[in-house]
Parts: sequence; structure tokens; C-alpha cells
Amino acid sequence: MNNLIASTAIKARQLTEEEIHEIEHEKTHYPYTQAVGLEALKIVQKYQGWVSDESLLAVSEYLDIAPDELEGVATFFNMIFRRPVGKNVILLCDSVACWMLGCDNLKQHISNTLGIDYGETTKDGLFTLIPVPCLGACDKAPVMMVGRETYTNLSTNKIDQIIAHIRDGSPVELDN
Amino acid sequence: MATDKPLTKNIEIGRAPFNFKQYEAAGGYESVRKVVTMAPGDVVNLVKDAGLGGRGGAGFNTGLKWSFVPAPDGGPRYLVINGDEMEPGTFKDRLLIEHDPHLLIEGMITTCFALQAQTGYIFLRGEYTVCEERLLTAIKEAYDNGMLGKNILGSGFDLDIYLHTSAGRYICGEETALINALEGKRANPRAKPPFPQVSGLWGRPTVVNNVETICNIPGIVNNGVKWYQGLGLGDFVGTRISGVSGRVKNPGCWEVPVGITFRQLLEDYAGGMQDGYELKAFLPGGGSTDFLMPEHLDLPMDPGAVQKAGSRLGTSLIMVLDDKTCPVGCIRNLIKFFAHESCGWCTPCRDGLPWTEQMLNKLEDGTGSLKDIEILKEMTGYMGIGNTFCALAPGAMEPLQSGLKYFIDEFEAHVEYGCSYSRQ
Ligand SMILES: Cc1cc2nc3c(=O)[nH]c(=O)nc-3n(C[C@H](O)[C@H](O)[C@H](O)COP(=O)(O)O)c2cc1C
Ligand code: SF4
Repeated sequence: MNNLIASTAIKARQLTEEEIHEIEHEKTHYPYTQAVGLEALKIVQKYQGWVSDESLLAVSEYLDIAPDELEGVATFFNMIFRRPVGKNVILLCDSVACWMLGCDNLKQHISNTLGIDYGETTKDGLFTLIPVPCLGACDKAPVMMVGRETYTNLSTNKIDQIIAHIRDGSPVELDN
Repeated sequence: MATDKPLTKNIEIGRAPFNFKQYEAAGGYESVRKVVTMAPGDVVNLVKDAGLGGRGGAGFNTGLKWSFVPAPDGGPRYLVINGDEMEPGTFKDRLLIEHDPHLLIEGMITTCFALQAQTGYIFLRGEYTVCEERLLTAIKEAYDNGMLGKNILGSGFDLDIYLHTSAGRYICGEETALINALEGKRANPRAKPPFPQVSGLWGRPTVVNNVETICNIPGIVNNGVKWYQGLGLGDFVGTRISGVSGRVKNPGCWEVPVGITFRQLLEDYAGGMQDGYELKAFLPGGGSTDFLMPEHLDLPMDPGAVQKAGSRLGTSLIMVLDDKTCPVGCIRNLIKFFAHESCGWCTPCRDGLPWTEQMLNKLEDGTGSLKDIEILKEMTGYMGIGNTFCALAPGAMEPLQSGLKYFIDEFEAHVEYGCSYSRQ
């Protein structure tokens, strides 16, 4: 079975106890284990940062879902990362309200500041920049997320503050 | 006196949402106490008579939709809440969940009783992390206080509610794709019929409703049809969350009586256009609706009235296009979104949207031709209603076809001069 997905796949890794614990909890929500596939991938990603072939195979074996079927789910969703990403994923909204209010300039600013384009990760592994479809905060455009945090009414100045706080590990507090 | 803002009466931006005790003290969970003494069919009829239309975009009568669910056969039945909210320009379900999560839970309990469904799922987009945290807390509180679980309020009715967070894909908002996603499959839409009410989640009867739709149920059950209908202006019924984004003074969303005009929303609520900008056109209800023009501002925000003007009310969150923003660029941005979010199941959409995007790119770059504009017009036919497997591609064509109608001069000017707008 295992040779069905990407040729780089070696073999399943061991899922950690925390991962298994959380996957088991999700299982109680659904009558069929296939339904837990996406949740399990998200759990793995939460702990590992991304979903490697070894992780995908581990989930596939644990839930008894064919690896190619699980790969079909993993690649369908924007927020499942099948390649390594930085510690902080910057999701910059590029949909219509943010576009009208200047997200292209913000993208340029982030790229200049961090030296990365969309889909790239900084050399120190701290940031990855990805465009994201409408984040549903259009009244506060432009908007981005970093990890699970949403930042609104963005300006280049605000972005500089956010990056600086993340770089030195201090909580992000913005003086607007 | 019953409230005239049933959806937002507990909402105060800047303070934490009510916890269970506070929510209950404000009259919350009353509809659950009431509904368990009623016959489930009477609840369905009540909602049907109230005339509540679905708030997910299509506006179908909610009670009527429920009435298509077959009689209980002892097997599982499901209510699924659609909280995927990825339509560009739409941010209303976020408001409702972030600021009053118990209202959605209460609406779900009442609805599940009406449908005799013993399991409810909330399908939430993964990026709504604050909603996720607040819903998990509210669900736990509801269990701890006997509003969920076995034998609710001693009625013999059992109900479990689970939260499913997605991982970002617009097509999951389409109700049959959503069901596939919930089953753990790739979220391609399913053929209809069979409709989900008959054969939905795991082949069982399933109702999919939007967040805001279900937040209306407690008020209707508590206060009745007359009250609900009286909330709208004139012949229009109910309230709804409407909002404005783009270059207005005070963007946001508010609970408004159904029937107010676009002008009222734009001027009285959103404070009018920002200084130095003029209204050129607007999308009345999300990225997949046809543009309307300033001459349409005095239409009431009602699905029927908007349809007569050649568009759809959709999600009723309007997006304004100002005079300093390029309409071709705006449409290109929208098409880029839809091309990215196409699920790839059927050819016209999978191949047609990226092709459309490329032609718009050429026009914006100044390398487009009049022929490209002709092809764009043809595209709106190829991807029109009936030619694709689901409504995503036809929705994508709406801003394009209306843009080609209202801004054809500007499209043609792009052939000659490229884009002459500069943003900021
Ligand atoms: C491409 C596409 C995306 C959709 N996205 C959403 C959505 O995010 N939220 C929603 O409630 N309905 C969405 N809908 C509409 C749903 O299919 C469905 O009509 C709705 O959830 C029914 O709920 P209602 O009757 O309460 O409106 C979408 C439809 C399509 C075709
Ligand atoms: S129209 Fe687009 S989104 Fe809908 S089924 Fe076809 S490819 Fe998928």
C-alpha cells in the first residue's frame, strides 16, 4: 500500500501519545473513523508544524484509511501543509476587500522586510508567507493571521511591530 | 416587550460574550423549555409560517426545507450548521458566533427537537479560531447545565452537539460538499437529488442551515409568527445581519429590519463613502453576486427586489467599489479567488476559471485584445447556470457578466491603454 503516495515516503513514524490522545477524542464525535482523517492531520500538524509523508502514513495506518485517499484529503485543503513551513505562518488575505485597501503593498512590504516571496520560508525558519482567501473580517481590512492570531486594520507600521514582537519572543501588543 | 433585535440583543463589542448563567439570566434557553412541550411538527410549521428564509445565500424558506425530512425511522438524523463563511466580503457569522455563541447552541437544540435529530454538527471554518474557542466553551457549559446530553430538561429528548473545524476551502460551504468534507472525503459536491434532507450525512436525513438562520429560531419559537413578521418593514419579515465593506467611513455589520434600502445601510449605518471617494458600483451580497449601480441604491434589501434589478441579495453584506479602484482589477481579484477555490470536479469551472483569470491579467497588464473581451463574454455563458456541476462557477460569473455590462468602456480602454488606476 505504502508505495501509492509520493515516492519519498519511507515509512510511517510513531504517533506521539498526545497525538493519539487527541485523535481518540475526535473519534468519539463521529460514527466512522474516516471522518476523523482531516482532524487527525490537523492534530499532527499542530505538533509537528507540517504533515510529512511519514506523518501521513502514520495517520493512515492508525485510522485504517488508504494513504492515497488521505493524501487526497490533505492536498484538498489550503491549511494542511504537505511541505515544511516556518515556525510562524503568515497568512495574508488577498481577497477583494483587502485588495481594495492595499494588501498588495503590504505583501511587498513583508517580502522586502523578510526577504521571502509567497510560499517561501525565512532562512532562520521563523516565518513562512502564504496568501489566504477572504478571512471574513472585511470590515477591518487589510487583515492577516499569524498562527492562530488574526490582525486587522493593518498598516506597514503595524506589520513591523508584529514581526518585531515575534522575533524577540514577546507577546504581540500593538499601539495602533 | 419582546426585543426587536433578536440576533444581536446580547452583543456588545468589546465585552466578553455571555457565559451560560448570564445568557440564561437574559432570557436565554427559554425556547428550549418551550419547545419540549410542543409537537415537533408544530415547530416546523411555526418556522414555515414565520417566513424565515435561509441566510446562507439562497434564501429558501427554512421551515419548508425542514418539512422535506422524512418521518423518523429510528435511525440517526442530523442537523449541520454551515459556518464555513468564505464568500469574499462576508463576515456576519463570525460576529454572531464570536459574540453570542449560546444563541447558536440554543437555536440548534430547538431545531434538532423540531427535526427529531439527536446529533448536531457545527462546521466551522478553521481560520475562525476565536469562534472555535468560544463555541467549545459554550458547548461544554450547555452540557454541564443539562441543555445537552441525555434527557434534556426531563423531556426524554437526547442531543449531542460536536464542533468540526475545517481547513480552508470555499467549496466546503456548498452543502453537499460540506457533507462530504464532514465524512472525511475530498469536498466535491454531490449530485442532487437526492437532497440532503432525505439522504445526507452517511446517507441519513440531514438538514444543513446557515449560522444566522438558526440564530433566528429561538426568537420565533418564543415570540411567534406575528412578532417575527412585525420586525420587518412593511411587508418584509424579520431582521437580518447586513453590512458594508470597502471605502466607507464606518465599515461593519449590523442587525437591520428586512426591507431597509441599500442607501439607508450605506449612509445611516456605514456613514457614507470616505472623503474623496465616490460610489461607483456595489456588490449587494458577496463576491458571487452581480454588480448594482448607484441608481439601485433605493431598492429595499430583499431577495425579490434585488432579483428584479438583475442581481442577488446573497449574504446581504455589500461591498462598495469606489471611483478610484479599477473595476477590471476588482473583477480579476474575484475571479482569482474562484479559480483558486474551484474544486476541480467539472471541466468548465476547473479550466474555464484559470483561463478567465489569465485574460483579465492580460487586460490589466495592457496586453489584452478586443478578442479577449469577446471571449470573456462567452465564458459567462460556458460557466453559466446549468453548465457546471455546482453553483460555484455560475456565481463567479455574476460579477464578471455585470461588470462587462456596466463597465464595458473601461474594459475596452484597458485594451488601448492598460490599467490607468493606481491604488493608494
Ligand atoms: C460555492 C458555494 C459556497 C457556499 N458557502 C456557504 C457558506 O459559507 N455558508 C453558508 O451558510 N452557505 C453557503 N452556501 C450555501 C449552501 O449551499 C446552503 O444553501 C446553505 O448552507 C443552506 O442554509 P440556509 O438554508 O440556512 O441558507 C454556499 C453555496 C455555494 C454554491
Ligand atoms: S462548478 Fe467548480 S466547484 Fe462546482 S463542482 Fe464544478 S469544478 Fe467543483
